[in-house]
Amino acid sequence: MSDYSNGELQTIVAARSLAGKRSCFIGVGRPSTAALLARMVHNPDLVLVYESGTIGAKPFRVPLSIGDGELAQTADLVVSVPEMFNYWIGPGRVQVAFLGAAQIDPHANLNSTVIGDYAHPKTRLPGAGGAPEIATGCEEVVVIAPHTTRTLVQELDFKTTRGERTTMVITDLGVLTPSGGELTLTTLHPGVTVQQVRENTGWELKTTDNVQVSEAPTPEELAALRELVAR
Amino acid sequence: MAQLVTLQEAIAETVHDGDSVALEGFTHLIPFAAGHEVLRQGRRELELVRMTPDILYDQMVGVGAARRLVFSYGGNPGVGSLHRFRDAIEHGWPRPIEVEEHSHAGMANRYVAGASKLPFMVMRGYAGTDLPAHTNVRPMVCPFTGEELMAVPALNPDVAIVHAQEADRDGNVQLWGIPGVQKEAVLAASRSVVTVERIVEQLEPRPGGVVIPGWVIDYVAQAPGGSKPSYALGITERDNDFYREWDVISRDRERFTTWMDEHGLTGVTS
Repeated sequence: MSDYSNGELQTIVAARSLAGKRSCFIGVGRPSTAALLARMVHNPDLVLVYESGTIGAKPFRVPLSIGDGELAQTADLVVSVPEMFNYWIGPGRVQVAFLGAAQIDPHANLNSTVIGDYAHPKTRLPGAGGAPEIATGCEEVVVIAPHTTRTLVQELDFKTTRGERTTMVITDLGVLTPSGGELTLTTLHPGVTVQQVRENTGWELKTTDNVQVSEAPTPEELAALRELVAR
Repeated sequence: MAQLVTLQEAIAETVHDGDSVALEGFTHLIPFAAGHEVLRQGRRELELVRMTPDILYDQMVGVGAARRLVFSYGGNPGVGSLHRFRDAIEHGWPRPIEVEEHSHAGMANRYVAGASKLPFMVMRGYAGTDLPAHTNVRPMVCPFTGEELMAVPALNPDVAIVHAQEADRDGNVQLWGIPGVQKEAVLAASRSVVTVERIVEQLEPRPGGVVIPGWVIDYVAQAPGGSKPSYALGITERDNDFYREWDVISRDRERFTTWMDEHGLTGVTS
């Protein structure tokens, strides 16, 4: 038995992906936790950008919402929504984006709009938010999502966001990266099998020739993550 | 020139049945008190416009005050679904609702066009997604470079309602912290109401402060704590517990209706 959960490892792997990066656009939840962890362990100078208009935010706690007061109080600058998208996101001034989604297809396109038919949805999801322009404005997109056949699907019910700039999909089972335009299994988390990943993927998942295994969390990473979450 | 009036007067003068109403506030300074006054006055058949319909619009949609919703992200930030919003779209309860959805960049630029009194704004976006087939945007070619771009139509609501920290006695308003699209919404709308935490003798410049002069605002009303459970930076704190609690209250139709009744928000037409 490992002394960490797959969810913790997913956050830690996402945090590692921000080593050496200049800036990262993040939403709430696991992406926010990962980005704060990256600032603690790998990259203290990482500029965090939240859609609410806070650029260079340095929150002590993981925020519940992208509009928490601490983000504005600790930011280098706070801008309006039009400025955020027109001056900062659109022209590509933010390097990496962390995005989530309800559905991901083999080309890393994302659905965050509806499950089922658009006019009569089975599940109405929140909608696009900033994702479509973030995914075409930022240089690299990292998708963070649970690994299930409901999430990783052959065909999206609705294409909200384009996947061309996605460099990595980090799940709780491993990491997929695009190869020839199709998401391919490149890394497994420790103790996870290729078979298990395939069973939880909604398409015939290809794997690279030598699949790597993610490095288990270091004591430093795990301690920092737990301390951060407990704040 | 802005008139200083009560919240009740400001809403009665500006919001009518069937109006297009934008109650803006991007995760901060959400005008809850004003939205609740709209419900208390029993307004119906509204087109509700807002980038991020959160709890306030969940309440307004849940009592059936809206015929149409124009938005870009309908979620309970950091918590999950808006259950009344979902129930209205998925099951037509308590009434069917029409939706027009955009991306945040699209909505923001629609407000910019509206504030500029231009017919549209131009942006990169929407192309290659399923959004254009379901919303009101048009591809266009840049007359200078030939680049394929997207035109988004101006948003000019009948009424914009926003909340701010302070106003002076001439109705000049200052807000600070996350500024959202409040200034754009006020300038884009035909009529406007700003509720404020307090009236001061003189506005003092604040870091990052956004000033909206009284001569572009119709009504200013004092509403202390008027953005709770959202917040006004430096004056009130965001009530994160209530955002979590709303998930439970709103999940069930009966529990929701009881809660709205208890808070006098079911809307008895006067």
